[in-house]
Parts: sequence; structure tokens; C-alpha cells
Amino acid sequence: MLRMESVTRHYTLRGRKVRALENVTLEIPRGDFVSVVGPSGSGKSTLLLTLGGMLSPAAGRVMLDGQSVYELTSEDRARLRRSKVGFVFQTFNLVPYLSALENVQIPLYLNGMAPAEQTRRAASLLEQVGLGDRLDHKPSELSVGQQQRVALARMLANDPAVILADEPTGNLDPETGETVLGFLEQLSREGRTVVMVTHDMRAARRARRILKLVDGTLSNGRHPSPRAG
Amino acid sequence: MRLGTIVWREMFERRNQLFTSFLAILLGISVIVSVKNITVYSEKAVARELDALGANILILPKSASLQDYYGSDVQEDVFPEEYVARLAGSDLEGLDNLSPKLSMPVELAGRRFTLTGILPRNEFQAKASWQGAGIFTRPLGCGAVDIPGAVAPPAQETLVRRRVIDRLGEADALVGADVAGHLGVTASDTIRILGKPFTVTAVLPQTGTVDDSRVFAHLHEVQRLAGKGPVINAIEIVGCCDQISRGLVQKINLLLPEAKVVTVAQIVDTQIRTNRMMSRLSLLFLGIIILVGGASIANYMYANVFERRREIGTLMALGAGSSVVLRMFLLKALLLGLGGGIMGYALGTVLAVILGPRIAGVPVLPILWLAPAAIGIATVIAVLASYFPARRAARLDPTLALQEI
Ligand SMILES: Nc1ncnc2c1ncn2[C@@H]1O[C@H](COP(=O)(O)OP(=O)(O)O)[C@@H](O)[C@H]1O
Ligand SMILES: [Mg+2]
Repeated sequence: MLRMESVTRHYTLRGRKVRALENVTLEIPRGDFVSVVGPSGSGKSTLLLTLGGMLSPAAGRVMLDGQSVYELTSEDRARLRRSKVGFVFQTFNLVPYLSALENVQIPLYLNGMAPAEQTRRAASLLEQVGLGDRLDHKPSELSVGQQQRVALARMLANDPAVILADEPTGNLDPETGETVLGFLEQLSREGRTVVMVTHDMRAARRARRILKLVDGTLSNGRHPSPRAG
Repeated sequence: MRLGTIVWREMFERRNQLFTSFLAILLGISVIVSVKNITVYSEKAVARELDALGANILILPKSASLQDYYGSDVQEDVFPEEYVARLAGSDLEGLDNLSPKLSMPVELAGRRFTLTGILPRNEFQAKASWQGAGIFTRPLGCGAVDIPGAVAPPAQETLVRRRVIDRLGEADALVGADVAGHLGVTASDTIRILGKPFTVTAVLPQTGTVDDSRVFAHLHEVQRLAGKGPVINAIEIVGCCDQISRGLVQKINLLLPEAKVVTVAQIVDTQIRTNRMMSRLSLLFLGIIILVGGASIANYMYANVFERRREIGTLMALGAGSSVVLRMFLLKALLLGLGGGIMGYALGTVLAVILGPRIAGVPVLPILWLAPAAIGIATVIAVLASYFPARRAARLDPTLALQEI
């Protein structure tokens, strides 16, 4: 279970205080699929990073499976991220000088898996996303859709319970975007918690629940009426 | 995959960016290595020259000059052999291979040669009053040099060149190459000098010096033949450069006011000056390479961290703690240092071997111990210069790093 308790986060930019999150409280049960919508600059990415143990809040707590994330040491928090959290980025953030296979190996390496085992698991993950014949390709040698699939395989490498996706369809054509959304739905059905940030209402409606963020504040958490898909 | 895989791939992929700082450390290290390499060999060369002269301090009668001495080494004037005892019994430091000599002209088979009396080492040791004076505690041949590749001549000949030999019987003689050639004698033949028979214990190899036309015999036998009593006309001393520069000559002068003390001053002086200059040069280059190489690496590393901030953020999101990120950049620095050190050593050695003979006029061979030194210096510089950039990477704010464009 993922919970935010009165989380506040500000940035200071050239001496000015910028509000990113203001007293946000929310609870996401295990296996839920939640989308977060809101205008640009409303704090969506900040919310996601805070949920994922990447950004400590100025006030409040973030609880993951009963553990207060920011009361851990930073190394323990890193361990928590690599065992429980999978991030999906709008621009995929593949490491440009590593092959598809090596990109997927990163989280496995970080988790201390032996090299031979890493290679086996990474290859099988890429196979699952249909890239079994692209193992040695660099990101620059892959299409945008293929890059996103590598990123998804990498995100799944350590079998995370919580998936945090920041505009996962923002850079994709509608068709590939559709594939990614279907993928997230499937992961949610498998019992993983999925939080997806998007400004595309059509994508947002694929979730079980929509949270609206305006100027760092959660406005309401409503259930979309007839669930599409 | 390991951390090394990530580091290596990144370095290889972006080798062009790496080039300048790698070049800085490579060139810096090779300059240091080649200067040091040449210095060592030029020191050896000078030391070898000194060694070839056999002595660098001479005690002569007041009337003699250094030129006379090296020209023929036969003087009319003499002084008492007792001077040797005075020197040996003194507490002067830096005296080695104290060697009294008496030379006199002799005619052998119609040609003039020089008969030189020397005192073998065992006679020094036999004299109780000279023991414990510290003369022979030093290994024989202070300043003697081993040149790799040059074959060491047989012991006896080497020792004669230094005017100190271990053992020489009263009826034994060592014969210079010219003398042996002229007389047609070889080892174990007998020759007569001034009516006295001597057994040739060895024929000395050609040296191209006055030694070739010399016959060495026991000092006391030569004194008998000369008939002037227990006198000598030179004491040769191998003094250590250090002590010479600290006034050893003046001290001997005080001890033996009736004699003339000269040093092969110019050679000693040149050596000291060259060595000092070269070691200052090494230090200067070391300073430059630390500043320039270090600054260049630090600069490159900061730029590299900035350029890779998104990648670092990604690694953190994938579960890398700051220690992994720190290690990643330090490992890169280590590889950079190792590469620069190894290749700098190789390049510097090649430069020294090629340029040494031209710059310093000495043959130069590779020095193995410079390799660990070069690699060590390069690695320390690279790692130290990268520490702050690496720490910045480790403390990077992931939100900045992951901000979508
Ligand atoms: N590293 C940062 N430094 C300063 N201000 C920031 C930083 N990251 C985000 N902000 C500001 O915080 C607010 C929320 O940002 P963000 O969470 O990225 O919003 P969103 O993802 O909804 O566009 C914005 O006003 C943004 O400009
Ligand atoms: Mg955003």
C-alpha cells in the first residue's frame, strides 16, 4: 500500500519559493491503477518522485508497505526503490551507450545478481516485450516504440510492486501509446500498483481512479463512470 | 554486467571528450618519466666517470700539480707513508678506498715504464691501529655503478683500476697491457725489475690510460727498490660527493698541512649541479602535471557529470544509491589514471631512450621501477581531481536530473 500523509514540497528558484506540493494526502491500495492529471507545472512529476522515494518532502510522510520511506537512510531508500519501485519516463531515459540488453541489466546488476543470470533474465524480459532480436542494439538504433518497450522491460526487471509512470505516452504515436496503456492495465491486473501521470484525459480514463492536481493541491479523487477497456 | 562495464562503455563511447584530459595526464607522466629516466642514467654516467678516474681526492706533495699527476704520475717529491695512518686514524667521514702509491720510472727491455707500488687491502686490515676507523666498513667502491648490459670486468682488474686490491704478495706484479705486449709475458710468467724477480699474477686489460704502461707491485717492495725509505708520492681517496661538497678537502688540509690536497673538483661539481638541476626539473614537471593534468581532469569530470545528470538520475531511479554513483565516477578516474600512467610510462621511456643520448649524451635504458611510480602518480592525480565531481554526481538532485524537457 502506498500512502502520502500531508506532504508538502517547495522549490526555491532564484530566491523565489515555488509551490510544487501543498499538504497532499492520498492513499493508493495495492493493485490499484491511478492516474494523476493536471496542468503543466501543477506538481505531477514532483508527486511521482516523492511517491517513489526520489525526493524527500519538506513536511509529511510517505508510507510504502508500512515503511516510512524518508525515514530510511538514503542507501536503504535506494534498496527499496530497486526492489519495489519501477519508474517509466516520458523520454524513456535509456542509457545511450548501453545496448538494450545492458539497459535491462542495470537494475539486476544493482540488485546484486550474478552477470550470467542477469543476461538470461534481461534477454527473457526483452523477449516478452517482443525485442528478442534487438538485444545488442543501442537505443539510437531502435524506433521510439521499441525504446519505450526496452524501458518497460528494464522497469520490470526487478519485479516491482509499484509502478510509477510519468507521461508514459507523451512521446508516442497513438498506436504505440495504446500498447503501453494496455501494458500498464495488464500489470495492474497482475496485482501491481500503477500510478500514471498524464495530461491526456483519454489516457487517464483507462485508470480505475483519476486524481486531479492543481497548483500542488489535490482537488478530488473521483472514479471515472464507465471504465473503458 | 558490472560497474566496470558501465564505466568502460561510457568511456569508449565518448572517447573524444576524454581525449584532452587523457592527453594532459599522458604527456605529463611521460615527461616526468623521461626526465627521471635520463637523470638516473646521467647520474650513473657521471658516477661512472668518477669511478673510472679511480679517485676523486688526491693527496700529493706540495710541489705537484693535478695535470702532472694524471699525465705521468711520476714525481720526484715524496712524503712519508705515515700520512696514511694519520688519515685512517682520524675521524673524518666520507673517505673510502684510501690508497697510498709510490711510482718510479723503470726501464724494461729498452722501454721506459712506470713501476707503481700499491698497498693491498689485507695490509690495511692487518694494522690494528687502522681498524675501527670506519674506512673499510663501506662496501668497496663508493660511487661504483652497475650498468645493466655492460659486463663487469674480472675482479682483480677492476680493483686495480680503483687502486685497491685485496691481496698482493711481495713478489707479485700486475702488468699493464702495453708492458705485457712489449715484454711478451702472460700470467704466471716471471719478470725481472731492477734485478728483482716478480711473478706476473695478472695482465690488465687495455684501458687507454697510463695504466697500460704500468707495472703494479707491492708498495713496500717498491719502496725497497726506490731506496728512499717508507715514503709515497700520492694517496688516492675515493671520497663521497656529499662529504666533498661539505668541506672534506679543507678538513684533510688541516690534518695534513704539509701535503697538497686536490679534488677532481670540476667533475664532482658538474655532477652535483646536473643532478640538482634535473631533480628540480622533475619536481617542476611534477607540479605542472598535478596542476594542469589535475585541473584538466577535474574540468572534464565536472562537464561529464553535468552532461550525464539525466543518466545519473535514471540510475538512481533504478535503485542506485549515491555510493554506486560515486564509485562509478571514481572507477572511471582510476581507469583514466591507470591508462595515462601505463601509456605515459611507455611513451616517456621511449622518449628517454631515443632522446637521452642526444640531450644528456648518455645511453639510456628503461627503468622498471618508474612504471609503478608513474602509474601511482597518475592514478592518485586522476582520482583526487575527480573526487569532487564524483561527489557532486552522487549528491545530484534527481528531480533536476529527471526533469522532462
Ligand atoms: N528542480 C526544480 N527546481 C525549481 N523548481 C522546480 C523544480 N522542479 C519542479 N519545479 C517547479 O515545481 C512545480 C511543479 O513541477 P512539476 O512537478 O514538474 O510539475 P508537472 O510535472 O505537473 O509539470 C513547477 O512550478 C516547476 O516549475
Ligand atoms: Mg512533469
